[in-house]
Amino acid sequence: MTELHDIAQQLPSGLPSELPLGLAPRGYVGTIHRLAAGEAASALPHDELESRLIELGFVEGARVEILHEGILGRDPIAVRVDNVTIAIRRREAMAIIVG
Amino acid sequence: MHMALVGTPNSGKTSLFNALTGSKQKVANYPGVTVERKEGFFVTPNGRQVSVVDLPGTYSLRGRSPDEEITRDFVLGRAKGEVTPDFVLCVADSTNLRLTIRLLLELKATGRPLGLVLNMFDIAKRRGVTVDVPKLSASLGVPVVTSIAVRKGGTAELLRLTDEIAAQAQPQTKQNQWRPLSASELRATQREADRIIAACVSLPARPDTWSAKIDAVVLHPVAGLVVLLAILFVMFQAVFAWAQPLMEALSSAFDSLGQFVHDTLPAGLLQSFLQNGVISGVGSVIVFLPQIIIIFLVILLLEDFGYMARAAFLMDRIMGGAGLHGRAFIPLLSSFACAIPGIMATRVIDNRRDRLTTILIAPLMTCSARIPVYTLIISAFIPEKEVGGLFNLRGLVMFGLYAAGILSALGVSFVIKFFMLRDYQPAPFMLELPDYKLPRLNSIAIGIYTRAKMFLQRAGTTIFAMMVLIWFLASFPQPPAGAADPAINYSLAAIIGKAVAPLLAPVGFNWQIAVALIPGMAAREVAVAALGTVYAIEGGKEAAEQIGQVLATKWSLATALSLLAWYIFAPQCASTLAVIKRETGSWKWMALTFAYMLALAYAASLATYNVAMALGAG
Repeated sequence: MTELHDIAQQLPSGLPSELPLGLAPRGYVGTIHRLAAGEAASALPHDELESRLIELGFVEGARVEILHEGILGRDPIAVRVDNVTIAIRRREAMAIIVG
Repeated sequence: MHMALVGTPNSGKTSLFNALTGSKQKVANYPGVTVERKEGFFVTPNGRQVSVVDLPGTYSLRGRSPDEEITRDFVLGRAKGEVTPDFVLCVADSTNLRLTIRLLLELKATGRPLGLVLNMFDIAKRRGVTVDVPKLSASLGVPVVTSIAVRKGGTAELLRLTDEIAAQAQPQTKQNQWRPLSASELRATQREADRIIAACVSLPARPDTWSAKIDAVVLHPVAGLVVLLAILFVMFQAVFAWAQPLMEALSSAFDSLGQFVHDTLPAGLLQSFLQNGVISGVGSVIVFLPQIIIIFLVILLLEDFGYMARAAFLMDRIMGGAGLHGRAFIPLLSSFACAIPGIMATRVIDNRRDRLTTILIAPLMTCSARIPVYTLIISAFIPEKEVGGLFNLRGLVMFGLYAAGILSALGVSFVIKFFMLRDYQPAPFMLELPDYKLPRLNSIAIGIYTRAKMFLQRAGTTIFAMMVLIWFLASFPQPPAGAADPAINYSLAAIIGKAVAPLLAPVGFNWQIAVALIPGMAAREVAVAALGTVYAIEGGKEAAEQIGQVLATKWSLATALSLLAWYIFAPQCASTLAVIKRETGSWKWMALTFAYMLALAYAASLATYNVAMALGAG
């Protein structure tokens, strides 16, 4: 996951207009554009991952902010989703496309 | 009337349950599964009897884990041997309505009579959340009341609603139309929930600043780990240092009781049975009640405060290195009190492989039942000495034993990761980090009360029965008249112990230890009591207070160290093995746990004994 993060760091002119939440650095603030369960290398089937994300409040239009990161590989991340804080690994957060 | 409480995790469901029912609670398991079933009773202002079941927390009715399946089946009236609830009460954290309102919309499809209670309404008000309750009720089509579970009288509105619902008592007419929702239906329900919330609730711009401030330190990659270690340190300090005065008081109370029996009754079998068998045996176990209360107090406080989810967040990747899931942290921490609640707490891990690994290593966490054994041997053999001007040698040995337990657990998990269950992808870690809340003293008190009661019941039943057995084995048959050796040498205990002893001789155990290890199967701490009884009958004097001194003269240092090493693994605990069998549903995993722990215990003792002998500790 560190590599993913480094890629995000190397992107020209900061962050692109749309990116997976899994690549975003700490302090990132954005809005969820869509869910793309197929783009996360999660152990869960796509449908299941999508359902779980929605159940925790990751729906289109929600405001997200990365509040904290873990010590190893900046993983997992603590994300403020509207007014709830959710801990999630970057691997699963790859399914959340934000901008 | 039968009522069921449903809600998302962290909605304050359990504190509402406690507020409604007080200590009138019954904790059991659902038939066939090991999900804890909590039922309580209360009487409404109109004098109606209500039984209420606190269902496991869930975000939806899909039923991803055994816990969530129970919630779904119970609400739908499909749960085996359960009555269909007359009234389903959905509990919401008023500061965070989104997820609960979506759950409520899903619940509506079941056709059950529903109500919504906006819990923690005081906190929401203080943060500037305003709710148009009548409008919310109209939009949702269900009655809505507010409550403050932690305040006296905070459930008055809810009680009134309960009376109203009960008075209607019309049979349910609506059909169950619930079926699992697809992702797009789920999304549509969430949109609908958000629309209702936008119309009825005004949210303030400022989030909970306290939680944010605390998290800035507690979730900081470095400071957070320091805080976690400090909490663990304080916990163990409390268990070992602060409990001491209470334990000494209990211990001397049992000594005086034993002395009283000794002085009052004529010498003989009855005196020996009461003093050596019952009082010194059961007493030596009950002495550990203060430590068990403290360890549960700390765990319950951390849970109520909202810290446990943070600990899981901090440890996720670190434990991931050893093949463990972040969620395993909480069950493993509970295992320091006792592996049984620890193993039962693994239910929160929905991935089977992660769950199995956690169950297999939970018994390696040093449970409170090992404390008596460690304390006894350490105080008999390890000198009270300062090390480096800062640490106490006894404290260091104790710390070392705990560390050895944790390291071996990580090692075993690592081995499992590489040699078994290999075709595995890491399960996701997704967890709500709830806002911090001041722990509710009432809830904590109820929690400690239930656990202390369980411990004392065990001491009164299992341990008592074992002590009677040990005393019997150690006392019969009686020595022939004019026998020169101590009476115990003629007993059944000696015969059994001496038969097993050759197997244990390579690790330095004598036959008395062999005798003590056998009843230790029932409960680890019984070993101490059993040693006390065996040596007391052998020496013919009071056991409890002098057992340490007796051991110091009878055992070599190498034997003592070897027994400490044995107890790091200590495979013998019938209750733990039974829980593993129940939770995994298979004899195979139970047998595997027993076998690997026995092998490790024997190997560790063998190594310790031989190294100690070589260094001249014989």
